[in-house]
Amino acid sequence: MKKMIVSMALTIMLIAASSAIAAPLDAFKGQKGNLDIAGGTAHIPVMKEAAKRIMSVNPDIRITVAGGGSGVGVKQVGEGLVTIGNTGRALKEDEISKYGLVSFAFAIDGVAVVINPGNKIDSLTSRQVIDIYAGKIKDWKELGGEPGAINVFGREDGSGTREVFTEKAINKGELAPSVNVVSSNGAMKTAVAQDKRSIGYVGIGHIDKSVKAPKFDGTVPTQENAANGKYKVTRNLYMNTKGEPQGLTKLFIDYIFSPEGTEITKDSGYIPLPAKK
Amino acid sequence: MNENKNIPLWLKASAVYVSSLMSALFVFITVCALDGLFKSGPSLFGSVWDPEGGQFGIMPMIWASGLLSVSSLVIGWAFSVGCCCFIHGYGPKWTARLLARILRIMTAIPTVVYGFASVFLLVPLIRNGLGGSGFSWLTASIVLSLLIMPTMVLSMDSAFRTIESETRLTSAALGFTREQNIAMVVLPASRQWILSSALLGFGRAAGDTLIPTMLAGNAVQYANTPLDAMRTLTAHIGLVLSSDVGGTAYLSLFVAGGILLFVSISANILFRLLSRKSL
Repeated sequence: MKKMIVSMALTIMLIAASSAIAAPLDAFKGQKGNLDIAGGTAHIPVMKEAAKRIMSVNPDIRITVAGGGSGVGVKQVGEGLVTIGNTGRALKEDEISKYGLVSFAFAIDGVAVVINPGNKIDSLTSRQVIDIYAGKIKDWKELGGEPGAINVFGREDGSGTREVFTEKAINKGELAPSVNVVSSNGAMKTAVAQDKRSIGYVGIGHIDKSVKAPKFDGTVPTQENAANGKYKVTRNLYMNTKGEPQGLTKLFIDYIFSPEGTEITKDSGYIPLPAKK
Repeated sequence: MNENKNIPLWLKASAVYVSSLMSALFVFITVCALDGLFKSGPSLFGSVWDPEGGQFGIMPMIWASGLLSVSSLVIGWAFSVGCCCFIHGYGPKWTARLLARILRIMTAIPTVVYGFASVFLLVPLIRNGLGGSGFSWLTASIVLSLLIMPTMVLSMDSAFRTIESETRLTSAALGFTREQNIAMVVLPASRQWILSSALLGFGRAAGDTLIPTMLAGNAVQYANTPLDAMRTLTAHIGLVLSSDVGGTAYLSLFVAGGILLFVSISANILFRLLSRKSL
């Protein structure tokens, strides 16, 4: 519930906690200033936790974390509204050249098809998913499930999760006009968790007991399978800055790649990537 | 009319400031909408929204906005008239007072609360009771009508109150009961107000973004039954803006915005004309 509210909120202001933590955070001692972060919703748990830890050792640093989606991340960092713009996809050529952005891939996230936990089906093929989203398969009984119309949920244009799904899971297949659209991973989980006849997709990091991720082409969509390459519907999560990061921004990015930062990434359900040399 | 001498400079300045901001907004939206219209061409008036494939059809959204705002207006307005009659004579005094108070509180409830509560309460009810996914025209219009009711009731209420207090004694002298006074005298006399409150409600219904985004399903299709999902112009703008689609898709949003602006201005002008007439 709490997670859902978080992912629905556009802007989350963080309040410094009082407990002090040591070692990798020493770099922030004596630093001062604001750091605004916006973009991909999948990044929020990682950014939020990192921000909380940094601000708790140094109350002079103020870090805000906002969602908005990958597109917002690119636009806002490009126009200088935020210092770090997060995307759930690699930047496009024109975005790099237009704004002079630098990317830091820090995690792998898989996207998984999810259904209601009450649904008996526990394996789907990409062919079936393509047909469901194209509106060719309309009833669960065609897939061997309990009879009932399939309620199909998708994400809005430009969502990183949607991009991974359409490119990697349904092979850029056609989407029927009747596909319902929700605008965050949280809203998707709410919709699927409530509706026995629903199907949708979320980032693997967002899977919990409220939804069920059936095998996709024979592979269980878990973080492990995404990391070892068995599960193909994956994407990298990026932080982007305008030009090479300086000062506080650089410290923040270094922190995400530090052992403590990679722990945070893991705890949020993603697979950490090492910093590029 | 007095001369303008007594008006302090800062008041004039802020009036000029606000009106120039407003006109800048109009100019900006019109220019961008024309640009969008020019760039997206005839596909804008088609029914396929596929920015990557060069299709920018917003007709299903226009249709959805029209359907949703008219249907919520009809439901909300009927209930508003009912509420007003109840408050001013049909209901027992204490329930009437309670209802008036509830309606007043309702104006202060943020839209997102309605939306969020409905996702968990109304959507499952509709899905299990009537079928479909629960995210539908019907769901959105029920909640939207609830949302626009307080504004309409309060604006009708002020007219009712004045007219009722003016006519009650006379009607009583003629042997009218309170109910008869409402039905025979007050209702016809406040006709103009009842109509103009409908326009007020219409403006809110057409402009609301959150309720349709959260409850109407947002599928880009022509909703034909109340259980179909639909995407309104406002939800469309919100959804596309929430992510990155740039270029022509972005410009086409200004056409959508321009249409909304045009509709709400027309409703406002009508509202003005009607309320002037009634004075």
